Amino acid sequence: MSGSASLKLGSVELVAARPAADVMPAPKLKLPPLRERKLPVRRVWPGRVLVGVQIALLVGGVGLWELGADYHWIDPFFWSQPSAIAEMLGVFVTQGDAAIDTWYTLQATLLGFAFGTTLGTMLGLSFWWSHNYANVVQPYLVCFESIPKLALAPLIILVFGVGLISKVAIGMALTLIVSTLTTYAGVKAVDPDHERLMYSLGASRRQVFTKLVVPSTLPWGISVLRINIGLALTGAIVGEFISSQHGLGRAILYAGQTYEIALVWVAVLVLSTLSIAMYVGVSRLEKILMKGVVR
Amino acid sequence: MVSTPKIEIWNLSQHFVSSDGAVFEALAPVSLKVAAGRFVSLIGPSGCGKSTLFNLIAGLQEPRTGDVIIDGREATGTIGRVGYMLQKDLLLPWRTVLDNVILGLELRGIARGAAREYALPFLYKYGLGGFEAQYPRALSGGMRQRAALLRTLLPDCDIILLDEPFGALDAQTRARMQEWLLQIWQDFGKTVLFVTHDVDEAVFLSDEIYAMSPRPGRVTGHLDVPLARPRPRDVAFGPEFARLKERCLALIGHDAPHGALQPV
Repeated sequence: MSGSASLKLGSVELVAARPAADVMPAPKLKLPPLRERKLPVRRVWPGRVLVGVQIALLVGGVGLWELGADYHWIDPFFWSQPSAIAEMLGVFVTQGDAAIDTWYTLQATLLGFAFGTTLGTMLGLSFWWSHNYANVVQPYLVCFESIPKLALAPLIILVFGVGLISKVAIGMALTLIVSTLTTYAGVKAVDPDHERLMYSLGASRRQVFTKLVVPSTLPWGISVLRINIGLALTGAIVGEFISSQHGLGRAILYAGQTYEIALVWVAVLVLSTLSIAMYVGVSRLEKILMKGVVR
Repeated sequence: MVSTPKIEIWNLSQHFVSSDGAVFEALAPVSLKVAAGRFVSLIGPSGCGKSTLFNLIAGLQEPRTGDVIIDGREATGTIGRVGYMLQKDLLLPWRTVLDNVILGLELRGIARGAAREYALPFLYKYGLGGFEAQYPRALSGGMRQRAALLRTLLPDCDIILLDEPFGALDAQTRARMQEWLLQIWQDFGKTVLFVTHDVDEAVFLSDEIYAMSPRPGRVTGHLDVPLARPRPRDVAFGPEFARLKERCLALIGHDAPHGALQPV
């Protein structure tokens, strides 16, 4: 009796549960018919074609500018034109202060970059030594970071004079804080287990700092080099805008004020070249340093 | 008179106070003694205070109560007295394998050149030969653990704490590493404290096993493992091994499964 009841119970369960386990019930959802699609393929041009298109764009743009100025689609008084700029470049290089101005800006930039980055990295690393010190200083750092440092530039010129030092100082103000905060972030990211390992081997604080904190934080410091070189250049240019005897920034400002638009373009061109050269140089430096530090 | 144990632990306990004021007892008072040259395992589930105990022995935390005594001398809260290896290998990525292995020697003030010269033969003897100039990321998990263990061993501490060193390895590598560890332990004659949650591993490796339980972390039992040494791998198939394993499981609270296996 009870056997047949359980059998019946079993058969009821079979009806209800078995199909669910073996065959999925047909979906209630009515799907639209599947469209046959192929996996999209991205076309990749070979390098030669890419460079060709890029050169064509440049030549086309410059040519259009030249023509536009000739036919007065744009006003050559405000925009100048490529042929005039090329002529002015010759004059600037052969008769003007090209070398002096470029060297002056380069010097200010490199010094501001070097001092700002070095001091900033050292400051960031120093926060490892004391939590109290780091916590006390931190709000000031955040404040200083949020100030638009360039707004302080006139003050810096007043304090440090119109010479090279004031441009270096502005570049430092811009780069130092970036390096400090990034390095400090690196210090905070040191693996506490690595620290435990060092101490378990009987290390002193000094040893933990030199053998763990510094090498593991340096990549962070190095990663901001490219940002900092750009910032240092900005600082130097702004300093030269405000007051200076030399420099590409001064040349741009002077040319603008005297409506020598071609000279503005020439100075910008030289400045861009300088900037690209420094960027490439720092990228190289970064690679070399990273190779030495991180493996 | 019995000789002084290598390491003695008296009433060692630890608790932590969380930010909302709740007290978390990580380790209830624990006492144990380990004789020189023994291989002792601590086994228990996670949260049983194994790692806390190791941190206290290594001096990386101050205990709330109790003492750590090494060679009959007070050693509570002193670092560098024992070699401590964590589950992660923690090799420094900017150092070569050789320079990672000599880290402990270097921290003791030995010049790099001398330390390298001393360490290199060990690398060749213990399966890292030819890899000394590689960086850690080029190594397999097992190799990395070998390097980490050599780093722990070379500074010549008599006591080695191993916190689940093979926990992250696959089963085959793990078995090979266990045999390698026994080899190294016999060569170096160290006193080993070994944390694991793997009963097979504990029985295969140890002279003694302490069982631990969580909430609060405490020692709940002790088991001697009288298997002869050296132990071949197939000792694990013998009846003696099975019996020890069963006792060990019972110690950590896994009673034999209900039903068939229970003697009637």
